[in-house]
Amino acid sequence: MPTVAPLDLEGHCVTAVFVGDVPHFALADGTVHRLDNGHKTVQANDGLLAAFHDAANDRLITGGEDGKVFAVKAGGEVTDLASAGKKWITSVAAGPQGAIAYATGKTAFVRFADGKTREFAHPRSVEGLAFSPKGMRFGVARYNGATLHFPAAEGKPVELEWAGAHTGITFSPDGAFLVTTMQENALHGWKLADGKHMRMTGYPGKVKSLSWSVKGKWLASSGAPAAIVWPFSGKDGPMGKAPLELGTRGNAMVTAVACHPSQDVVAVGYDDGMVMAVRFSDAKEVLLRRPGKGAITSMMWDKEERRIAFGSAAGDCGVIDITA
Amino acid sequence: MSDAQTQIPVTVLTGYLGAGKTTLLNRILSENHGRRYAVIVNEFGEIGIDNDLIVESDEEIYEMNNGCVCCTVRGDLIRVVEGLMRRPGRFDAIVVETTGLADPVPVAQTFFMDDDVRSKTKLDAVVALVDAKHLPLRLKDSKEAEDQIAFADVVVLNKTDLVTPDELAKVEATIRAINPAARIHRTTRAGVALSEVLDRGAFDLSRALENDPHFLEAHDDHHDHDHDHHDHDGHHHHHDHDGHDHAHPSDIHDVTVQSVSLRGGEMDPKKFFPWIEKITQMEGPNILRLKGIIALKGDDERYVIQGVHMIIEGDHQRAWKDGEKHESRLVFIGRELDAERLKKSFEACQAA
Repeated sequence: MPTVAPLDLEGHCVTAVFVGDVPHFALADGTVHRLDNGHKTVQANDGLLAAFHDAANDRLITGGEDGKVFAVKAGGEVTDLASAGKKWITSVAAGPQGAIAYATGKTAFVRFADGKTREFAHPRSVEGLAFSPKGMRFGVARYNGATLHFPAAEGKPVELEWAGAHTGITFSPDGAFLVTTMQENALHGWKLADGKHMRMTGYPGKVKSLSWSVKGKWLASSGAPAAIVWPFSGKDGPMGKAPLELGTRGNAMVTAVACHPSQDVVAVGYDDGMVMAVRFSDAKEVLLRRPGKGAITSMMWDKEERRIAFGSAAGDCGVIDITA
Repeated sequence: MSDAQTQIPVTVLTGYLGAGKTTLLNRILSENHGRRYAVIVNEFGEIGIDNDLIVESDEEIYEMNNGCVCCTVRGDLIRVVEGLMRRPGRFDAIVVETTGLADPVPVAQTFFMDDDVRSKTKLDAVVALVDAKHLPLRLKDSKEAEDQIAFADVVVLNKTDLVTPDELAKVEATIRAINPAARIHRTTRAGVALSEVLDRGAFDLSRALENDPHFLEAHDDHHDHDHDHHDHDGHHHHHDHDGHDHAHPSDIHDVTVQSVSLRGGEMDPKKFFPWIEKITQMEGPNILRLKGIIALKGDDERYVIQGVHMIIEGDHQRAWKDGEKHESRLVFIGRELDAERLKKSFEACQAA
C-alpha cells in the first residue's frame, strides 16, 4: 500500500521536486521548503513565479516578481544568479550542460555554466523556455509559434510558425520533436527534421502539465478528465493515432502529470488533490493519495523510483511512498 | 470552479496620455479607503508611490485561434493575473491601467474568455478618463479615443477648468452621443469620489443596469436619478441633457460610434434567445457593448443580458416589483449597426 507523508504549507505550491534525494517544495511566496530530517525552509524570491529542476547541477532554479533568479542547492544554500530589473521573471529553464535560461517580457537570457550571459530579444513576449536534450539549442514559446536559438553559436534562429499563443514548450528526450502548450485548449508539435506540424486538440481545458515517458515513447498531458497520453514512438509522432486516456474520472480534471522514470506508468494529479498511478499497457489504476484541499500543481519521481513529491494549489503538499 | 465569494474585482482604467489616469491611480493607491489594490501598469512611469503590488507588464494582444477576429485577449494580463492570484491574500482588488492608445476590448475580453482568469477574478467596470480640453482633437485623430468612451461604464470628464461652460456642454454631449449608457463625472484633477469608479459591479448581472439611470430612463423626460453627491470641485455634474432618441448614428462630427436603443414589451423566449444569439454572431465585430433588461413572457423575474462583441451572458436578476412595467430594453453601442433592422427584428421577438 502506498503511504503519504503530508507537508501542510501555507500557500500555492509552484513546483515540487527532488534535489538529491530530498523533496523540495517551492511556494508562490518565495519560500522553499524541504523535508531533510525535519521540515526546513529557506527564502528565494520575493514572490516566486517559476521554478525548474536543474538536473545537470541538481539544484532548483527559481524566478519571480522581484526580477531575480536564484539557485537553491541541496542543504538549503541559496545563490542569487541573475537580476533583470523590476520586471517579473516569468519563466525559467535549465539545460544539460549547466546553462540556465530565464525570461522577462520580450527578452530571454541564457546564463552559461561559466557565468557568461547572452540576451535574446523577441518581437513578442517570451512565454515558455526549454533546452534541447543535448543543450545545443533552446526553444522559446511565443505568440504564433516557437523560436529555436543556438545559444553558444552565432547565426539566425529557426522560426517555427503556428497561429495562436504558445505558452509552454518541451523537447522530446531524443530531440526529434518540439511540443508547445497553447492559450487555446490544445498542444502543437513540430517534427524538427522536416518542420511537419502535429495538432493535438480536443482538450476541454488548458494544458498546463506535460511529461515524457521513458525514452520519450509517450507524452502525457493534463487538461482533461483523464491524462491524455500521445504516442511518440513512430517517426511521425502521434499523427493519425489516438491518444491513451488514463485515469478517467467523471467529476475531476487532471492538473498535473509525471511519468515514471523507467516504466510505462504515469502519476496523475487532479484538481481535487487526488493522485493516482496508471499503467499504460492495461490502464490499471492505483490510488496514491485521496482528494485533499487543492489542485495538484506539480509532481516529480525520485531517482530510486520509489517516491513522488507533490505540491498543491492550497499548500497541502507531501511525499508519496509507493513501496511502503 | 468559479466561486463568486473569492473572485477579485478588476477595474480597467483607460484614457489618453494626459487625461489624468496617473493622478487617479495615485489617489487609489494613497487614499485611506481601507482596501489594498494590486495595479497592473504598462510603465512604472510617474506613479510616485512605492508599492510591491505595482506590476509592469508589456501590452500583448493575442488573437484567439478560432477564426473570429474580434476574439482577442491580453496575454500579459493572463500571466500577471495568474501570478498575482497565487497569493490572493495580498490585495482586495486589481486595477489595470492601459496605455493611451490601448483598445479596451481585449482587456475586457480577457476576463470573460480565459477560464483561469475568469474563475479567480471578475471585471468590475471600465473607466475612461477624458481630457475635456483635448477630446475634440483626440476624436479627430484616433479611433481609440472614441472606442474608449464607447466601451466605458464610467467616464471621468477631467480638466473641466480648462474649458468654457459652452465647450464643456459640447464635450459632454459628444460623450453622450458615443455612449448613452455610461455615467459621466465632471472633475478637475481627477477628483471623482473613488466609490464612483471602484466596486461598481458594472459587469455583475445582478447589479448591472440597476444604477444606470441613463440607460433605464433613456426615453423618459430628462429624469436624472443619479445620486452622486461626491462633488469635490463645486461642479454639479449629471445634468442629463439627453432625452433624444439615439436610434440613429450621431450627427456630431468625428463620431463614428453609434448606439441603438430598443424598447419593447414582453418577449417570447423562443424567439428572443435565438435572435440575440444570431445578432451577436453576425454583428459581433460591430458591437462594442450591449446591455439589456428583458421581460420574458410568463417569467416573473427580470432577465438581464450584457455583451462584448460576440461574448454574451445573461441571467435572471430579480423578481419584477409590483406595479413595475414589464418592459424590455436593449442598447447596442457599436459601428455600422442597422438600427432599422435591429428594431424590426427585436420587435418581432415580442410575445403575441
